[in-house]
Amino acid sequence: MSSAAQVTFSEPLASTFDVHRIREDFPILRSTVRGKPLVYLDNAATTQKPRQVIDRIVRYYSEENSNVHRGVHFLSEVATNHYEGARKTIQKFLNAASEREIVFVKGTTEAVNLVAATFGRTNVGAGDEVLISAIEHHSNIVPWQMLCEEKGATLRIAPANDLGEIDIDGFRELLGERTKIVSIIHISNALGTINPIKEMIALAHERGIPVMIDGAQGVPHGKVDVQDLDCDFYAFSGHKVYGPTGIGALYAKERLLEAMPPYQGGGDMILSVTYEKTSYNALPYKFEAGTPNIAGAIGLAAALDYVSTIGAETITAHENELLRYGTEQLLTIDSLRIIGTSKNKASVISFVLEGAHPHDIGTIVDAEGVAIRTGHHCAQPLMLRFKVPATARASFAIYNTREEIDALVASVRKVVEVFA
Amino acid sequence: MSDLRELYQQVILDHNKNPRNFKKLESANRTAEGYNPLCGDHYTFFVQMEGETIQDLGFQGAGCAISKASASVMSSILKGKTRDEAHTLFDGFHKMIKGEVKPDEVGQMGRLAAFSGVSEFPTRIKCASLAWHTMNSVLNEDESVVTTE
Repeated sequence: MSSAAQVTFSEPLASTFDVHRIREDFPILRSTVRGKPLVYLDNAATTQKPRQVIDRIVRYYSEENSNVHRGVHFLSEVATNHYEGARKTIQKFLNAASEREIVFVKGTTEAVNLVAATFGRTNVGAGDEVLISAIEHHSNIVPWQMLCEEKGATLRIAPANDLGEIDIDGFRELLGERTKIVSIIHISNALGTINPIKEMIALAHERGIPVMIDGAQGVPHGKVDVQDLDCDFYAFSGHKVYGPTGIGALYAKERLLEAMPPYQGGGDMILSVTYEKTSYNALPYKFEAGTPNIAGAIGLAAALDYVSTIGAETITAHENELLRYGTEQLLTIDSLRIIGTSKNKASVISFVLEGAHPHDIGTIVDAEGVAIRTGHHCAQPLMLRFKVPATARASFAIYNTREEIDALVASVRKVVEVFA
Repeated sequence: MSDLRELYQQVILDHNKNPRNFKKLESANRTAEGYNPLCGDHYTFFVQMEGETIQDLGFQGAGCAISKASASVMSSILKGKTRDEAHTLFDGFHKMIKGEVKPDEVGQMGRLAAFSGVSEFPTRIKCASLAWHTMNSVLNEDESVVTTE
């Protein structure tokens, strides 16, 4: 490419990567907000969608729409093939051993609820314990809390240090005789901390305790290999990895899925039904009651294909450079403090400003076209841990640029001016 | 930026930085809590009612500039007002921040007019109205926690 030398110069860590070409794939990035070019830095909430995903969904509804696993007619076979092809794409993407280990769900939240309601209800009893950490998203707190209330079990919380990292010694000490499952976030949505999940999984397995990983932020930011991690459950959402909303996947080891009762009853999850007895379908269909989000699954596969074409290493390198540059530039503002300062971080910067509340920061930077998240990021106990009511959070994706970080920093300086 | 200046008027910035009546009122005979859990804006109001009159009031808590300034300006304005006068101000204020009327159409808005810019920022209306809804619950003797989310 003729622009390679120039790209190498402006993006030192991703020499073959042309962010401007990537940006052309995302129609929404050409839009303006309040008269300013959109600077979209709320990627940990949801990512924008490339044309490849949008077009794939349009093609499905224009040419392939039908219900799956039911009809003998042509379109039903086409839709079923694409839907099952999407499952295969996810299996390969996560390096799962078998397609039977991939269950389609609405997203990470439903996956955690599914595991809590099936594996949890079967294996957690009165006096038992469920272990999570102090840096979890509400979706990895509340389903376990509900399970513990129902069963008379106890929710244990592995502590976090001031950098926003899970205290591994504290985690190890809480792995006990009564611990029936551990559920940990892979990458913190609120702080960006990348947890040492492989080590944590090994520690839990030493005591024979299964581990669920909330991978909502894990999958978008780098390579995930469920066999290498040896996790028992891994969940992610399509919309955080350039795919559609309302679709995600749960990976679970086959022997665990075999032993688990169904999640919901209905069509598709059965082999035969009489009023006396219903026999359940094979894996993974036992966990997919009702007509699934077919277009969503196919769109998600298109998103994972898109990500695979760019390559996990390229994505990680580009985002790390944005994180490094963004951290350096934001810290030039004296009254700004970053919450979450682990050495091992993904491209999420949570910050507070002295004298300006995060919601006022959000409103003022929005007037400059800069979209960031402000609030508690669905992690209220974490906000309490860091003694802040809320934070402002900029999170970067594959299509973000240094110039956009400059726009963010300039807009935050305006906040400082207003509240001087 | 012009809309922003309308939102963050000097009166609001001043009351955010130096909130008036920002204290627990020992003589209070009514208290009420206003809490927007999604935002985290959280205030407690202490009110000394004598008959139909708001004799004194104070507040404590934390939140964004709009919610804090709104609580501060309200606390200054409502001192000495009767229940009916407070209700009238509440109605006018509410219509103004929702953009249904201009400040000069409501009359007697005074410093409250500084909040008229909120109407251009629909997501911030709940911030400006939290204090007023909470005060309304004091006047209506409703004891549940107030939210505007």
